[in-house]
Amino acid sequence: MPNEAPAIKAENLTRRFGKFIAVDHVSFEVRRGEVFGFLGANGAGKTTAIRMLCGLLHPSGGEAWVSGLSINQDSRKIRQRIGYMSQKFSLYDDLLVEENLDFFAGAYNLSVADANKRRDEILKRFSLEEVRRRLTKSLPLGWKQRLALGSAMLHQPEVLFLDEPTGGVDPIMRRNFWETIHGLAAQGTTIFVTTHYMDEAEYCHRISIMNYGKIIAMGEPSKLKAEFGLPTIQDVFVHLIKGA
Amino acid sequence: MSNLISIARKEFIHIRRDARSLLIIILMPLLQVMLYGYAIDMDVKNIRLGILDQSHTPASRELIRKFTGSDYFELRTEMDRFSQIEENFRKRKIKAALVIPADYATSIQREATTPVQLLIDGSDSNTGSIVLNASRQLLSLASFESSAAARAPLQIRHSIWYNPEQKSSHFIVPGLIAVLMMMICALLTSISITREKETGTLEQILVTPVKPYQIIIGKVIPYVVLATLDAFLVLEFGRILFGVPMTGSPLLLLIFSLIFLMAALALGILISTVARTQQVAMMMALMGTMLPSIMLSGFIFPVASMPLILRLISKAIPATHFLVIIRGILLKGNGFLVLWPYALYLFLLSFVLIAISIKRFKVRLD
Amino acid sequence: MTSQMADVIIRASALSKTYSVKEGRARKQVQALRSFDLEVKTGEMFGLIGPDGAGKTTFMRILCGLLLPDSGQVAVLGFDPVTQQHKIKQDIGYMPQRFSLYQDLTVEENLNFFTDIFQVPRQERSARTQRLLEFSRLGPFSKRRAGALSGGMKQKLALSCTLIHTPKLLILDEPTTGVDPVSRGEFWDILGELQQQGVTILVSTPYMDEAARCDRVALTYAGQILALGTPDQIAGQFPHQLVRIFTRQPYDVAAALRQLEILHSVELYGDHVTVALDDPVTVVEIIRKNLDKRGYSYTSIDSGQADLEDTFVYLMRQLSQATQPELGNDLDSHAK
Repeated sequence: MPNEAPAIKAENLTRRFGKFIAVDHVSFEVRRGEVFGFLGANGAGKTTAIRMLCGLLHPSGGEAWVSGLSINQDSRKIRQRIGYMSQKFSLYDDLLVEENLDFFAGAYNLSVADANKRRDEILKRFSLEEVRRRLTKSLPLGWKQRLALGSAMLHQPEVLFLDEPTGGVDPIMRRNFWETIHGLAAQGTTIFVTTHYMDEAEYCHRISIMNYGKIIAMGEPSKLKAEFGLPTIQDVFVHLIKGA
Repeated sequence: MSNLISIARKEFIHIRRDARSLLIIILMPLLQVMLYGYAIDMDVKNIRLGILDQSHTPASRELIRKFTGSDYFELRTEMDRFSQIEENFRKRKIKAALVIPADYATSIQREATTPVQLLIDGSDSNTGSIVLNASRQLLSLASFESSAAARAPLQIRHSIWYNPEQKSSHFIVPGLIAVLMMMICALLTSISITREKETGTLEQILVTPVKPYQIIIGKVIPYVVLATLDAFLVLEFGRILFGVPMTGSPLLLLIFSLIFLMAALALGILISTVARTQQVAMMMALMGTMLPSIMLSGFIFPVASMPLILRLISKAIPATHFLVIIRGILLKGNGFLVLWPYALYLFLLSFVLIAISIKRFKVRLD
Repeated sequence: MTSQMADVIIRASALSKTYSVKEGRARKQVQALRSFDLEVKTGEMFGLIGPDGAGKTTFMRILCGLLLPDSGQVAVLGFDPVTQQHKIKQDIGYMPQRFSLYQDLTVEENLNFFTDIFQVPRQERSARTQRLLEFSRLGPFSKRRAGALSGGMKQKLALSCTLIHTPKLLILDEPTTGVDPVSRGEFWDILGELQQQGVTILVSTPYMDEAARCDRVALTYAGQILALGTPDQIAGQFPHQLVRIFTRQPYDVAAALRQLEILHSVELYGDHVTVALDDPVTVVEIIRKNLDKRGYSYTSIDSGQADLEDTFVYLMRQLSQATQPELGNDLDSHAK
């Protein structure tokens, strides 16, 4: 049963840059429909790990599977099944909202009929209909973020990678964003997300905390808090990183 | 003053750290001198010549010797049928064909005029007209010597001044200095100032006690040094590779070059006050300063043969005036008395441009 | 100068600033500040919080003399930052939001550059640079290029550069955005030390835990101040009773509770849902029944104290729904 298989599975995933080990024998599993928080200090190796999982970077060792496909062998196929959105919101500022969606639909090889249908669905779902003819750069940050998420969702990916998706976005927008994320997860999309906002970590079903390339803690936020006897994930995080 | 130095020092570090750009700045003069010096060689030499001699007389062979003995032509093939000429043109084997009629020897003795046919491949019009001129000279020489030796002991002596060997490299190298200086001063300066706008560091510097003119001058100093260095390199390469002379005063050249630098820098600074991003600054610098300096200054294309409107634009751009100055000093040995009006124009222009730039350079962000 | 005047280091009254922004083909007027009043006392740690576009950056830029207000008065250290900018430059340290230093210069070179342009006296230079390197714990990295530092270290270097001339007033625009919690903690420890030394700090932040560390906080929205006071005072402005429902299905519970009209607000957290309500005894009973009916489990329903973030989010939500319906949440579109 494909549904039984984990959406993401990493086994001893390792990446070296010269002598520097950015990701050091990292293993974890993410279930289908799970919101998995991938936390760590700046420079802990999160971005390197995400790039490997997205098939953008070859691992130096170990193996990982994303929706059942090996990152070592099927990195091309993986890209059709995943969505990726980063802090920088890789949108074209000088295109209209709908032109951005059309462009990404083309990039994911959607047929014209599918592209139009998906575009209209995305515009509706992410409440972008009223701004479809607006220049992307004229949108407030929170709206750009929704558009970036919509663009990453055009091809109905099974796994969505979000690399600090809420940087610089205000608290209300962040909340709305997280509810959207949970809505997607409830429908079966797997969410793999990094963030520096520890309050956001509380929204995740499970989190892992990474330091110097290694995962030093993993589990449900409530259980981690109970384990360390600390009131918030932020406290747990600071405790673990400082103690390391 | 110390502020100025610290900004200049920081700018030097930026340049030093950016190894690739630094390499380009140093290799550029050599590369340009080679490119323009060898590739755009406008001297016509060794034109591939085909000959159809229908006369086969000592007189005709004498004429052929005239052609093949000159530097202009190089005998590639002797033909015996007219149809071969077109064939050789098409195969690009020859660029010109000399046809000597069968009655050449007799006609030259008896008739007042003797027709000799010269066919030229006109697809390269530049070469074509030069071939025509060269042939005319050779033919007139030949006709004087053979037919009119007894009647008219006339001798044509021609000589060309200032660039006696008519070497285009002597003409191009001074122009290169102008173009390179324009590139470094206008292009690099405008990019380096807009970069600070883009990265947000300018916002930080504006709240320090540094004054805007200090920021500008401090940032510009390293590029003045680089541009002067490049000018020197071009002169040296030009001298070593092509023997470009230094007829006039090097000191005068240095002083007038600095005035030209000021104008170029002023243009760069003006661009950086308008452009918000490095990309825009680069486009503006390329279109607004580099292109006119190459196309309209008389660097390659003579200004005199341009339409009026372009001639007027040419008169306004700094490179045109600097070209007169630098060619004058290097090739003619012109002194201050001849060249001062051009330098004065450059000085006034840079003064006006700098005044506009400082007025436009914003201390605030809106 | 009266003692009251000496007490106030920043005084802004009725500040207004409008930008003209290009939107598609039309130009639109955006009011960044509308009649903005604020006083910051000497020695205070003052926090500015508010959503994107609330006017925080505009206000800070006006204080530094980088922008001119359209109308209103402003005094920084007793001087007008517009006409007397040169008098306060030596006393202000400003760290812009985008400030990322010169990436190709080393830590030491960056510091030296700012020592130069702030004209720090020659005999004091190395002592001050050393002290800042120690203070920011960047000593071991002094030869490293700024571009190769981690996010947290970059921010500490940027702060060090703005401290090189020992300013009396520090203006920091979102200095810790994108920095991990451990580095943020260290950064705020440094700010605490500076405040101990008598430096006044005006700082904007998107992190509520940071805002809670300030002496006073102003909550800004659409160019105006919405609430002002100590973090506790602002938290106390929550107008209703706050109840937290701990559950393993927070998303479903939140969606269900949104349909109850007696609730003033429903906010989703990771492991719980907070609701604002009046008359807890009756309403909690309604909530229980509703959740039981739908078969949603919950571990506990506690009434609690609203904190700074609860109040902030509540006030923002009210406003964004009232003034800018198009910015309202898009939750209903995919609630089950």
